[in-house]
Amino acid sequence: MGQARGEGPLRLAVPRGALLGETLDALDAIGIDTSEVRGESRSLIFETEGLTLVTMRPSDVPTYVEAGAADVGITGKDVLLEQHDRVVYELLDLRFGRCRMVLAGRKGDQRLGESQRRLGMMRIATKYPRTAERHFEQTGRQVEVIDVKGSVELAPLIGLADGIVDLVATGRTLEENDLEVREEILECTARFVANRVAHKLRAREVDGLTGKLREGLAR
Amino acid sequence: MHPIPPGTRDVLPDEMRELRRLHLAMIEVFESRGYGEVSTPAIEYDAVLARGDGRTADSAYRFFDERGDLLALRSDMTIPIARLVASRYAGAEQPLRLCYLANAFRAVRPQRGQMREFAQAGVELIGAPAPDGTAEIVEVLEATLDAAGLDRAVIGLGDADLYRQLLNELGIEGEARDSILDRLAAHDLVGLEVELSALDGIGDEQVATCIALSQLRGGKEVLDEARSLGGAAVERATARLGETFEALEARGVADRVQIDLGLLRDLGYYSGAILEVYDPALGHVLGGGGRYDELLERFGVNLPAAGFALYLERVHVAQMEEESVGGGAR
Repeated sequence: MGQARGEGPLRLAVPRGALLGETLDALDAIGIDTSEVRGESRSLIFETEGLTLVTMRPSDVPTYVEAGAADVGITGKDVLLEQHDRVVYELLDLRFGRCRMVLAGRKGDQRLGESQRRLGMMRIATKYPRTAERHFEQTGRQVEVIDVKGSVELAPLIGLADGIVDLVATGRTLEENDLEVREEILECTARFVANRVAHKLRAREVDGLTGKLREGLAR
Repeated sequence: MHPIPPGTRDVLPDEMRELRRLHLAMIEVFESRGYGEVSTPAIEYDAVLARGDGRTADSAYRFFDERGDLLALRSDMTIPIARLVASRYAGAEQPLRLCYLANAFRAVRPQRGQMREFAQAGVELIGAPAPDGTAEIVEVLEATLDAAGLDRAVIGLGDADLYRQLLNELGIEGEARDSILDRLAAHDLVGLEVELSALDGIGDEQVATCIALSQLRGGKEVLDEARSLGGAAVERATARLGETFEALEARGVADRVQIDLGLLRDLGYYSGAILEVYDPALGHVLGGGGRYDELLERFGVNLPAAGFALYLERVHVAQMEEESVGGGAR
């Protein structure tokens, strides 16, 4: 890409993974050709009419957008909450990718309550340590947050933690692992975000894209 | 290896040479316009900084001296200069023009161009009221950006009182008001809509107005767009912005200024016009400033004032990026 920053089409950070399909649908709906992204290509960057699509992990979107390497981006509210010290402008709730951040424990198991009552704190395994810490702090409970990277459902099954804080879409993973929801923490959807400087200096383009995405939602 | 604290760094000769050149170019602009350079201690009494702004005084670095007094590293230069003016220049002829290049300290997530110890170059114009005092500051700022080779840089001009007054007008007070101001400052439009809608007595139309207002940025025409959204607070803010913009036009420095009704600065001492500086080559804000007509009064002298500060390291990063673009190379 020979383009200088601040020139050429806007760069949109597109989340790979669970949000990718609906993100591309939303882009199709506003007339952006996403067929190349959907194809077999291993490229990370796709030039389309009027927009450069840059694909990445959802949790990297705030990093790229804050630094201005991408002008705008799409990612989950869960990611934004976990990285709430990243400065990005949250312009639009895209309403897809709906899921819930929950506290879950083993079915019929009293460990969560028992630990809190007798030991004064619960051990919670999660991929969202900061969101979990904030939730328990706000609700006045002491916890030991255990940061894990892989399948978090494993932790309560073999005694690493009393419960987990995780994202749940259908609840099937919890069900299959004999876990159940104990508390709803918050509901998350995909959000459209912008870099602070791009929002100022490329106002017309950013507003145009925001407006089109908003209209797309209304349809 | 012998470590240094996170967010601090050593500067080696090649970089230092460029920073020095940049520093000298900026100070030359300041001096040529009658701004005299001052230096103040990096450590101040915490109580003195807190007098300027309770929130800024939330300094990252505080400690006790041998007498048990609470000290803090300054987080910007405006408050120390307000203190200096009040104690060293009582009764001096106005306006007073001062400038500085100094290190300040904040608890931020360290990344390129954003360290916990950083250098700021800036000016303070004390005793010159709006709108002409503001226009002078913008003129000096533009000359400084030119001297740094950032001809693509843009200055955002907003109003610090707009949302405080607008929320008062809507009867939003206390915690709800602070929380909404935070959302506005962060441009969290989704959260803003949710919170405003949850308040009693705030209708959909008022929510829409508030959000639309925060997205208005551009040339003089946005003042008319803002006025059409209505309300006394908006009327007052657009009138102030209009006056400032005319003063800028009169000095011939309005071309690079973008009026921005969504601008909020996170420091508590601003009132009236506020400024922010952007360059398309950099994703971070280069600096900012504005009027702080009530700050000096907190130190016992009632004088209107305005100023700006640029982050020296960020200007340097932007300079390098602009050179690699080719257009801005000198």
